[in-house]
Amino acid sequence: MAERSFKAEVERLKAGEGEVFEGEGILAVTKALLQSGVAYVGGYQGSPISHLMDVFADASELMAGLGVHFESSASEATAAAMLAASVNYPLRGAVAWKSVVGTNVASDALSNVASGGVTGGALIIVGEDYGEGSSIMQERTHAFAMKSQMWLIDPRPSLPLLVDMVEHGFALSEASNTPVMLELRVRACHMTGSFIARDNRRPPLTVAEAAQSPHRDTSRIVLPPANFQHEVEKIEKRWPAGIKYVQDHKLNEHFGTTHDDIGIIVQGGLFNSLNRALELIGLSDAYGNAALPVYVLNVAYPLIPDEVQAFCAGKSAVLIVEEGQPEFIEHELNTLVRRADLNTRIAGKDMLPRSGEYTADVIRQGVAKFLRAHAPSRAPEELPAPAPALPASAVPQRPAGFCTGCPERPIFSAMKLVQKEIGELHVSADIGCHLFSILPPFHIGNTTMGYGLGTAGASAFKPEGKRAVAIMGDGGFWHNGLTSGIGNAVFNQDDNLTIIVDNGYSAATGGQDILSSKATTPQRSTNNPIEKAARGVGITWAKTRTRTYDVAGMRDAIHDALTSPEKGPKVLVAQSECQLNRQRRIKPQIAKAIKSGQRVVRERFGVDPDTCTGDHSCIRLSGCPSLTIRANPDPLRQDPVAHVENSCVGCGVCGEVSHAAVLCPSFYKAQIISNPNRADRIRQRLRGWVIGALQRRAARKLAARAF
Amino acid sequence: MSTSGRISIAVLGLGGQGGGVLADWIVQLGANNGFVTQGTSVPGVAQRTGATVYYVEMIPKTGTAQPLLALMPVPGDVDIVVASELMEAGRAILRGFVTDKTVLIGSTHRVYAIDEKSAMGDGRASGERIITAAKERARRFIGFDMDAAADRAGSVISSVMFGALAASGALPFPRAAFEAAIVAGGKAIEPNLRGFAAGFDAASRASETPRQARVDRAATTAAGLALQVRVDVKLPRAAHSFAIEGVRRLMDYQDADYADLYLTRLESLSGSADLVTEAARHLALWMSYEDTIRVADLKVRETRFARVREEVKAGDDQIVQLIEYMHPRLEEVCETLPATIGRRILASDRLSGLLGRFFTKGRHVETTSLRWYLTLSLLAAGRRWRRSTLRYQTEQARIQAWLDMVRTAEPDVALELVKCQRLIKGYGDTFERGLDNFNRIVARYRAGGLTAAAIAGLREAALADENGEALEVALAG
Repeated sequence: MAERSFKAEVERLKAGEGEVFEGEGILAVTKALLQSGVAYVGGYQGSPISHLMDVFADASELMAGLGVHFESSASEATAAAMLAASVNYPLRGAVAWKSVVGTNVASDALSNVASGGVTGGALIIVGEDYGEGSSIMQERTHAFAMKSQMWLIDPRPSLPLLVDMVEHGFALSEASNTPVMLELRVRACHMTGSFIARDNRRPPLTVAEAAQSPHRDTSRIVLPPANFQHEVEKIEKRWPAGIKYVQDHKLNEHFGTTHDDIGIIVQGGLFNSLNRALELIGLSDAYGNAALPVYVLNVAYPLIPDEVQAFCAGKSAVLIVEEGQPEFIEHELNTLVRRADLNTRIAGKDMLPRSGEYTADVIRQGVAKFLRAHAPSRAPEELPAPAPALPASAVPQRPAGFCTGCPERPIFSAMKLVQKEIGELHVSADIGCHLFSILPPFHIGNTTMGYGLGTAGASAFKPEGKRAVAIMGDGGFWHNGLTSGIGNAVFNQDDNLTIIVDNGYSAATGGQDILSSKATTPQRSTNNPIEKAARGVGITWAKTRTRTYDVAGMRDAIHDALTSPEKGPKVLVAQSECQLNRQRRIKPQIAKAIKSGQRVVRERFGVDPDTCTGDHSCIRLSGCPSLTIRANPDPLRQDPVAHVENSCVGCGVCGEVSHAAVLCPSFYKAQIISNPNRADRIRQRLRGWVIGALQRRAARKLAARAF
Repeated sequence: MSTSGRISIAVLGLGGQGGGVLADWIVQLGANNGFVTQGTSVPGVAQRTGATVYYVEMIPKTGTAQPLLALMPVPGDVDIVVASELMEAGRAILRGFVTDKTVLIGSTHRVYAIDEKSAMGDGRASGERIITAAKERARRFIGFDMDAAADRAGSVISSVMFGALAASGALPFPRAAFEAAIVAGGKAIEPNLRGFAAGFDAASRASETPRQARVDRAATTAAGLALQVRVDVKLPRAAHSFAIEGVRRLMDYQDADYADLYLTRLESLSGSADLVTEAARHLALWMSYEDTIRVADLKVRETRFARVREEVKAGDDQIVQLIEYMHPRLEEVCETLPATIGRRILASDRLSGLLGRFFTKGRHVETTSLRWYLTLSLLAAGRRWRRSTLRYQTEQARIQAWLDMVRTAEPDVALELVKCQRLIKGYGDTFERGLDNFNRIVARYRAGGLTAAAIAGLREAALADENGEALEVALAG
């Protein structure tokens, strides 16, 4: 079960012809797929596309009803390979993932499907995770489109256009026998808006029907001599067909005036930001009526030579607003302009920053610079930047971190304690929430090489004395870590320790189920233990700890693994349910139980301010958001005291940490019993009498000797 | 608002604070009241406790032309900023979202960032600076503790912010339209409306909840009165507040005689008012060192039980049980024994080894159970023979040595030496680390040639990291 449920929204996907559909970008995409007669859908979760996968999953019943096959793929490679169904059969298929990391994983299959080409429309929906909030490396999907020759749609942020582009994407793919990538920028996925719906369409051919009557064409397989033929096909047949489709259907758009000495070419996804920038300069309005010609590349690859030539002809300079690097479009524009023998100056990265997100403010400055160089009369006045109201240091950084009660935190608390005993460790980190270990307060982790690659990242370290430690999440383990990490370590006789964080979900991407998830769902097979799989590929030293919150136990297990005389790769599975998902699961249950009069014990932690001395060792070992500080109520002490907020979920790590690290007696656990039963009440009454009497006596004595 | 009537709203918050819910309400509000409205957010790990921005734009519906709405706030072009925390309001200012056209609605409570929390001393950023900048930069700043308001209303901060937004009048919709959006949202309608009303009212008043003024407590006993008179007569005025607090603390900690010793020690410091004031603070803290007797005493008090009940928000019909996480080591136990016995056990490897086995594990002590309550009460009663314990003797010797050193130092140096007591705090490993740092600084001072500024620098270095690396460098330098 995922972090966010789209069950209610999914109902709207049934909207028919003429109805107004309101919702987010990802819902619009899903609706567009259904309207396009898609036959199969797959993908792998990851921001910003996670919620699209969740929408698919929540809509799986609706899709099944339409004869559409949906599956949550094991990895992006799996998803991309699924597109094989469109090679021989006129089946429309769509897959989705986070780019560029997912595209990296998928690229083997993508190269193959792009080489052989497709019969049915193949659409690859990528969430481009670039700019603010991004958690990955700064690369462009554009490069993949170029190298494999797949078309890249980068739609202007507008739901009606997005829906059209999905349908055109399939048609373009079929017209040119080429897979098409649809790139959604981070904020476009969650952009709200509306469009006029059309009826959902059953696929003319379902995957089941296709499997019934197999069709074979070896010329579609990448093996000599077919692979050489594919290259010729790509150049001579598919490329022109693709260009013709884009041109005929006017997928790229023009805004603003038609004749001018200058103009702007922009990636579709950046158009709204560009328009806002022009508006701020006084060259456009809220409806895109620009005072100069703007050519919007809803298809970012390939460029359409005739359109480019027509746009550039007669202009002295054209600015290309292209985010990311290298500036592939700018290079191509220069080539096209040269070939057309035009005298137009292509401006781009000389006006705009070479790196970083192109926000409206950045574009505004770039356009202003362009105008000053090529149309000075229209350039805005150069104003000095206002003095900053605050120095940057006035506002503390707030990196993402482990959630309240996260079961991964105690693993790293335990590692910190182990490091105190045996010294610093080399730690090969992995992708997932556990990567937050590299941040304060843990400072654990040396490298991260990709999803599920924690163990592989430690494989060069052949220890003599001190073993290296690799971290892997359960998501990464099933994605590829079992083979590329664990299998590899067995085969090469590693002697390192791999700690596998088994929290029951693909947690970082929003809590999707995986093979080892504890939930049972009708559509999936779960409850496949990680330790069993690791032993299956030859691990002999494998342990599973079922409660990561037991910090001392975790510490001892890690210590054991690092000091055991046994040679060979070691696997420690650290299990406890992702707290974010757990809370979502149990909160309604608890509220219901309390309401119905059942006895419920809630646990939470607290700190006694009068014994806390304000050293914050506990925070440095835990880092829980609910463990914070507040002004010291003691007028003599200066340092703030530790404090547990009511958001505490009672996981117990702070207490365990203070135990294991011999910190301080300030922590207490409060058990709050709702609807106490008879035994509780009798015990409480008895305690109340005795303790109450003693406390009153003690208070009297204290008052007598008090100030 | 731009000439087109477009309104741009940025919501800055932390993952998990309900910024998304608030943004959804605003989108609903606009869409249902004749505006083309668009909202966006950044999904992903930013929402795992990190800072994140939700953004909404709305523009009056006119004809068929489709407006182009931006997907993120543009510096200098944001009409309304809603920030769910004080530093996030600061971040909005820093990013240029707050200008003289902006209505800034910000909660003044703090959610501390990890660097602020994990500092060994006080790492908190200045909130005053943000509030000053907010008042300076924004067209209007509506700031109050929305977290506390949510708490009082039994609601969440997102609904309080929505209420404040309604009250600000920055959006051209009546209150009922806002409430309709909450109802349309369909989730936790009742508490959300409560929070909304609380936010609306607080923003209409738009004033800070007054801070509680600190009251110097007057003496309640004859012994207390006598000591108070002594403070008034013998100590400089500036030191009175700390000294009274010190006397109060030590009478509570031990007895009037002990407080008497405190004042005698203070009076022996013939220095500036500054020195005596700081000494009044630090001497009281040192003399009320946390031994097992003190910890037990504080844990079993009636006032503590009441405080915990309040803190965990226990209802009258709920039972609260308390479990302490205690980890007394053999050292702490021996220190509470009479000095000769304690010293003998610690000196003997055989005895330490034998007894130490009982104190290697942390204990879960249920204070609300009769057994543990009585045990802790007995331990607390050890106050009567505290003067004979090993720890008492050790600490008094340390205090004496410290005071002797202070007495013979130059005035400015003496003040810094007094302040070094701040390093000694905590329990177990933490206490030992602090004491060790203190001793190293003192040893360096005794070796000669340290100025007051140098001592202050060493003290800061000792608080810079846990492994003593900064102090090592500073001592070497």
